[in-house]
Amino acid sequence: MKRREFIRKSVGAGIVGSALTFTGYNKLFGSAVSDSESPYDLVAVRGGEPDIMFDRAIDALGGLERFIKKGQTVVLKPNMSWDVPPERGANTHPGLMSHIVKKCLEAGASRVYAFDNTCDNWVRSYRNSGVEDAVNDAGGRVLPANTEDYFKEVEVEKGKRLTRAKVHELLLDSDVYINIPVLKHHGATGITITLKNLMGVVWDRRYWHNNDLQQCIADFGTWYRKPDLNIVDAYRVMMRNGPRGVSVDDLVEMKALIASTDMVAADAASASLFGTEPSEVGHIKIAHEMGVGNMNLEELSIHRISV
Amino acid sequence: MQKHLKPLRVIISLFFLITASLIFIDFREFFSESFISGFLSLQFAPSVMRFIHILGISFFGFLFILLLTALFGRVYCSTICPLGIFQDVISWISKKVRRKKRPYSYSPPRNKLRYSLLAVTVIFLLFGSVLALNLLDPYSNFGRFFTYFAKPVAVWVNNNLTGIVGGYTLYRVSIPPIPWQTAVFPALMLVLVVGLSYKYGRLYCNTICPVGTFLGLISKYSLFRIRIGEKCTGCAHCVRVCKSSCIDFKTKGIDFTRCVNCMNCLRVCEAVRYRYSGAPALQRVSVSSEANEKTDKSKRQFLLMVVASLLGLKSIASAANSRQTTTNRARRRNQGDEPEMSRESTIPENRQNPVSPPGSVSIEKFNKSCTACGLCVSECPGHVLQPSFMEYGLIGFMQPHMDFRSGFCNFDCTKCGEICPTGAIQPLTVEKKHRTQTGVAIFIQENCIVFVDHTDCGACSEHCPTRAVDMVPFTGNLHIPEVTENICIGCGACEYACPVEPYKAIYVEGNPRHELADRPEHEKLEQPDTEDFPF
Repeated sequence: MKRREFIRKSVGAGIVGSALTFTGYNKLFGSAVSDSESPYDLVAVRGGEPDIMFDRAIDALGGLERFIKKGQTVVLKPNMSWDVPPERGANTHPGLMSHIVKKCLEAGASRVYAFDNTCDNWVRSYRNSGVEDAVNDAGGRVLPANTEDYFKEVEVEKGKRLTRAKVHELLLDSDVYINIPVLKHHGATGITITLKNLMGVVWDRRYWHNNDLQQCIADFGTWYRKPDLNIVDAYRVMMRNGPRGVSVDDLVEMKALIASTDMVAADAASASLFGTEPSEVGHIKIAHEMGVGNMNLEELSIHRISV
Repeated sequence: MQKHLKPLRVIISLFFLITASLIFIDFREFFSESFISGFLSLQFAPSVMRFIHILGISFFGFLFILLLTALFGRVYCSTICPLGIFQDVISWISKKVRRKKRPYSYSPPRNKLRYSLLAVTVIFLLFGSVLALNLLDPYSNFGRFFTYFAKPVAVWVNNNLTGIVGGYTLYRVSIPPIPWQTAVFPALMLVLVVGLSYKYGRLYCNTICPVGTFLGLISKYSLFRIRIGEKCTGCAHCVRVCKSSCIDFKTKGIDFTRCVNCMNCLRVCEAVRYRYSGAPALQRVSVSSEANEKTDKSKRQFLLMVVASLLGLKSIASAANSRQTTTNRARRRNQGDEPEMSRESTIPENRQNPVSPPGSVSIEKFNKSCTACGLCVSECPGHVLQPSFMEYGLIGFMQPHMDFRSGFCNFDCTKCGEICPTGAIQPLTVEKKHRTQTGVAIFIQENCIVFVDHTDCGACSEHCPTRAVDMVPFTGNLHIPEVTENICIGCGACEYACPVEPYKAIYVEGNPRHELADRPEHEKLEQPDTEDFPF
């Protein structure tokens, strides 16, 4: 066996592993996100570096402490599904990821995890997306999602086509759940943002493709364990050939970030940035109709920040 | 002094055995490509293949082994050949486990059989087929034992340990099952090799192995050879420890064609020593009439043993097969392809040619040079390389092909070419790999979800690294796949991702000869000059 690696991993992570088992108990007491403290449904920022835009957005939403109580465990769901380098914009910006991990720890999080059920080989996607190092170096930890054993079956009660799904155990065990997609073009669903990013928390994706993809994405949005916060990375945006992209020529530098507790609102605002009418994106429209959130931006209180 | 050669030999051989084993079961990509290729460059048969097919690049391994053999005899067999050392381990276990201690004794060589097998191997090679070597080569057999059987066990242990240890200290790994039809032959060989070494020491190496027989032809004339000196008291201790059964005590002669230099005899007797053979005269082994009789008897025994072990395994193999099929089905069900939910596709894929690994240049060339050791199968991070059964026909039996049911070829990965010890898969730069067209995707519209159900899918296009599979407007808001052949490289990501069963709506047709794909060209997008909000 790879003894050296084994020892390295054991020492580095044994503690983390054992800590995880206790997080279930925390859940009984934690997870109290109060809606009263922010006057905004959605914050949109433009013109800055990812970390600065994140700070401005979170301040406007009432600070990260509103979402994370001291000692809670946090799970981040970035997009790190593709074995391509950061500059290709197929995965969430590593700089944003490392900043969020740091901020979560500063806000009192006991542990910060990140994972993704990748499309390309998971080891290489984690590594080459730059997200693995970004998260680990900032004091968080990326965890595997590469075999079915890491996923637990749950019921999606309000789902029309998707009534059951196997979700990663971290979602069930962690106190705070933050969704951090990257805004991209998507050949199949037109566009991929927060709702679509959650395809990376389930195991059985083929079923979705096989059974009305847009409906399944919206269905999963109705599942009770919704992200406590959604941060859309729209710094580098892939405008075509998504979700994997072919080259850096597919990107524009939009330098934007959207933050909201409402996935549908976040998707609607991001779609507008992208230049797409939200109601023309199948899953956004269906999710809105199913009551997952509100895609009518004019009905929301939006705070716009230019950095 | 020569007494200590044996422990030294054991230490070196264990290094080779353990490292080779770990390389073949390495499910966490621990070893670097350069280490693997350097370490395996000493393996004889792969190195010869490299010499034959890509003359000039790193065939030193095989020359080194030839030199070593000319100097000291078949050192390769006892020190470097992983299958040889593996058999030593079995013999050692046998010695510990068997209640009835049976010392080794001299047995005459089975010349007809071993020279026939060597001749067949050589003749096949002369006619451009590597099949006989594939079946018999010790390194490749060893590789298959570990890729097909040891690795799944190691993964199983790892996954169970992961459960026991808890948390994420270790992580679970999943590997696709080896096709059972292909696994039958290696399983039979495993039983044969284990059976023979359990009972008869190095009989496999001296009767079946073409590499051993070939090196034996050279070691007969080696410069330094083991000799029984004048101090010999006639105790025959050396004979009883000789794994190769090649010390004929009657003539005090050693059959150097069969001696694998295990050095057991050096260890037990001071009269037995390596000596310089000034006049390399052939040390003939006299075969008495008594020995002839013995030959017949042991020949029969040998055949019986082979047949029995083959029969014995059939039932085990078929039991294992049925198990494997059920797990396959269970897995498919778990992935959510439940027949009551989605319609089954109707048009079978009609693949004319299998898809050979990138860097193999052409199927014909690949079939001629791959010894099917399974290294690339084991190391492939995308799990796309799987041993073939009859995909290439009999000629390519067990050689890897790209199986897009089990995975797809990672766009930026060049691992198989970097580690292949035979040169059957040649190393490619990432740039070259990006344009190496191993096959071309073919779309079957009638199987496609978008066409059948009128719902979005696009899984194929999503995974395509060159956008050779693009989504183009269909009816309403729907988009349907379309293939641009000249930029398709045949990586099979589309076929793997396609969710329809039992037949895929898109599959890769292999290129008999790999082509150069065009680069996907797109104009650079205009950067936005606004920093306003559209809402």
